[in-house]
Amino acid sequence: MAQLEPLLTMESVGKEFFGNRVLSDVTFSLGRGEILGLVGENGAGKSTLMNILFGMPVISGTGGFEGKIFFDGREARFSSPFDAIDAGIGMVHQEFSLLPGFTVTENILLNRESTKYNLLVEVFGDRLRTLDRKDMRRRAEAAVSAVGFSIDPDTLASEMPVGHKQFTEIAREIDRSHTKLLVLDEPTAVLAESEAEMLVQSLRGLSKKGISIIFISHRLQEIIDLCDKIVVLRDGSIVKETRPAETDIFQIANLMVGRNVESAAERRRSMASTDVALDVDKLWVDMPGETVRDATFSVQKGEIFGIGGLAGQGKLGIANGIMGLFAAGGSVSVKGRKMRLNDPAASLASDMAFVSEDRRGVGLLLDESIDWNIAFTAMQVHDKFVKKLLGGLVKWRDDAAMQAAAEEYIKILDIKCTSHRQRAVELSGGNQQKVCLAKAFVVSPEILFVSEPTRGIDVGAKRLVLDTLKRVNEELGTTIIITSSELEELRSLCDRIAIVDSGRISGIRPATDPAPEFGLLMMGGELPETGSDIDAKGGDA
Amino acid sequence: MGGHVRKFIENAGWPRIIIGLFLLSLYAAAPFVNVRVLTSLSDTLVRVGMNGVLVLAMVPMVQSGCGLNFGLPLGIIAGLLGATTSVQFEARGLAGFGFAILVAVPIAAALGFAYAQILNRVKGEEMMIATYVGFSSVAVMCMAWLLLPFDSPVMIWGYGGTGLRTTISTEGFWRHVLSDFAAFGLDGGAFYFPTGMFLFFFMMLFLVWAFFRTKTGTAITAVGSNPEFARASGIDVNRMRTISVMLSTVLGALGILVYDQSFGFIQLYMGPLYMAFPAVAAILLGGASVNKATMVNVVVGTFLFQGILTMTPSVINSLLQSDMSEVIRIIVSNGMILYALTRKTQVKR
Ligand SMILES: Nc1ncnc2c1ncn2[C@@H]1O[C@H](COP(=O)(O)OP(=O)(O)OP(=O)(O)O)[C@@H](O)[C@H]1O
Ligand SMILES: [Mg+2]
Repeated sequence: MAQLEPLLTMESVGKEFFGNRVLSDVTFSLGRGEILGLVGENGAGKSTLMNILFGMPVISGTGGFEGKIFFDGREARFSSPFDAIDAGIGMVHQEFSLLPGFTVTENILLNRESTKYNLLVEVFGDRLRTLDRKDMRRRAEAAVSAVGFSIDPDTLASEMPVGHKQFTEIAREIDRSHTKLLVLDEPTAVLAESEAEMLVQSLRGLSKKGISIIFISHRLQEIIDLCDKIVVLRDGSIVKETRPAETDIFQIANLMVGRNVESAAERRRSMASTDVALDVDKLWVDMPGETVRDATFSVQKGEIFGIGGLAGQGKLGIANGIMGLFAAGGSVSVKGRKMRLNDPAASLASDMAFVSEDRRGVGLLLDESIDWNIAFTAMQVHDKFVKKLLGGLVKWRDDAAMQAAAEEYIKILDIKCTSHRQRAVELSGGNQQKVCLAKAFVVSPEILFVSEPTRGIDVGAKRLVLDTLKRVNEELGTTIIITSSELEELRSLCDRIAIVDSGRISGIRPATDPAPEFGLLMMGGELPETGSDIDAKGGDA
Repeated sequence: MGGHVRKFIENAGWPRIIIGLFLLSLYAAAPFVNVRVLTSLSDTLVRVGMNGVLVLAMVPMVQSGCGLNFGLPLGIIAGLLGATTSVQFEARGLAGFGFAILVAVPIAAALGFAYAQILNRVKGEEMMIATYVGFSSVAVMCMAWLLLPFDSPVMIWGYGGTGLRTTISTEGFWRHVLSDFAAFGLDGGAFYFPTGMFLFFFMMLFLVWAFFRTKTGTAITAVGSNPEFARASGIDVNRMRTISVMLSTVLGALGILVYDQSFGFIQLYMGPLYMAFPAVAAILLGGASVNKATMVNVVVGTFLFQGILTMTPSVINSLLQSDMSEVIRIIVSNGMILYALTRKTQVKR
């Protein structure tokens, strides 16, 4: 694809946050209709680079950036995202930015609504034109189907599963008629493999129409499959610019991390005993977008139990319901004792802990420091990090102990930060995820629920996170229940895997069963129609 | 060197530096227009001591995410009930002041509890509802002051026989009991330092600071940062908010008692109506945001606000050779309130 003039050129772009250099001398260019894969470790500076391009206020608010950016033939120094949008850049951020109380249609067409003429316009001007609901609905449907999926345009954003939110955000960017460049920051992190494949297909279609794409992902296979060009960032500098034909996953992974990445860990030896740790009977959970209708299963002590399934089928609802975060019913017994539902304190008191999939919403105290985030739950539930003064009358916060624990986990999980005092909001997505995990580990629970544990975590750190989960299971005998949209991850780690479909458990199988078996269960036991379709197409391309 | 300066500016924040420099320039200008610096400084300090606890009453609610305590009049009313009761029973001196506190605190706690139940129903709009609660409680009390069975001759209207006066002197009861405790003067009375009042203020600062270092205080802070996070950690969010509102209300009651003993008068009826605004402005000037406030914010904010409020009128007055101090005071204080409210500052730690 020879291009006369690239659409986007970055020249020696650099950025410092309060003396902490996160990008230096980044130079690359991107042609029209090209897809660029941007990869790098957690905290390498990918999101920051894209925030610079998009004119995000965090950048100007922290002292601006160095270097030059040329977009569409002109120097671009956007002072706000609106300028970037006007120039033809669309961006889907790492964290969702939909308006919860608005429908799919409204979210997609926000500020670009179809309007109709009415009399008031004569008097008060264009702001009073009537919304043309019918046309808006049509446009939203078109935009959604352009990304290759279907959803009722009247669904509220707050009631959608994360996967659907992701598709809606992408549809929103595509509807803008003059979008020339689409930036996607980890769009597939919350999608199951089949859903991600669907997205990759539709992105190929967009690039054929001449839209350029910058695609950030930690799933390197996707990058190789989709992109025309790959840029590898390490510690804020480009270490390699290459093409998929000239490289492979292992080379990229090694370039990213700067050392050899070992391939996936060998299967562990099962710790499961015959005692039942958790018994769930006819559980229902009213979690918007992830409704659980009737789930019955039990988990052995010391087992690693996986819960898989497609987005929106209810797999995420199970852990959220048991931990009391959403209205639930049915019966849940922990070590034979029946537990009160709908009360997070009761769940925590039964020696359980939870790493939520919604790390910004419930997972983190964004405005507080890392040590607070890690220690808080353990302090409140188990009186850890507390010094008793005046004969137990005063429970004094033990800052020194909190700092020690935070420093320990910063080392164990390799959290990239300036110190334990850094605020969680300033961490990169993957490092925030590690803080969420650390928070659950310090509780040292008997039963640990983890939802999407490696969401947004780079290849090197993934191993670290999974190994830590394994070690906790082996050394402390912790029962672990993992919910994940990545089947392969579940299969490499779990003893047994339950697949959830339409709010029900459609089957529980040993992890050693072949993958297609699970694929079948995800489709409700029927032959996967659309799934095989996509596979066939994927094979052709 | 340049790094240090930048760091200092970053930590303090531009608004505070500008206002601080302005205040400094007022003090520098004072001698040239025949305003005695020592006296002005003393006036400022007295006002800081008087208002400090009222500003401190903002902190618990801010920390728990209930926003700025525009319902401060509610706490003030509790304090006034304590004050009038102690005068009614002719309790004098430090003991009389203590008696006023003993009466005021339980009333404040009870009012605060009810106030919290209202605020817990209107999450997200606390500040507007708080303003209404403040205003309507003042209106209700306007009637109550007339009807309550107080009959001490120093407090009731001379002619009618029932109903309390708008202004009641604490002279002879507990006027200046805190202020004069271990107080000292310099330069033949030009400078006066109300030691006792500051001891009380610092004790309150210490107690609130210590409270937020406990397990419960930590939970309240987390509720203010992210209520969903707190709930997932097993915290009863409404309970934590209730505790913070009660604490703010009690501090409001204590604050007005400190104010009244120094001022020398108990102001009833419409007195409490606008008391919330200067306190809100002071804490915002001090660098607090709507969901984070520290003891440093309280001290710095109160000093800057009260400093400007005392210095501007006296300097301008002498400059213009006329008595406009009251007008200027109103303009300056409302100007600062407006400025503070339009400013959303990020707290630094
Ligand atoms: N607002 C901020 N203030 C201070 N430091 C920041 C801020 N935002 C990001 N950083 C730092 O910049 C570095 C790069 O972060 P960035 O979010 O760009 O990483 P990333 O490559 O997107 O990683 P991930 O794969 O985990 O999402 C990190 O070390 C992070 O701590
Ligand atoms: Mg990122």
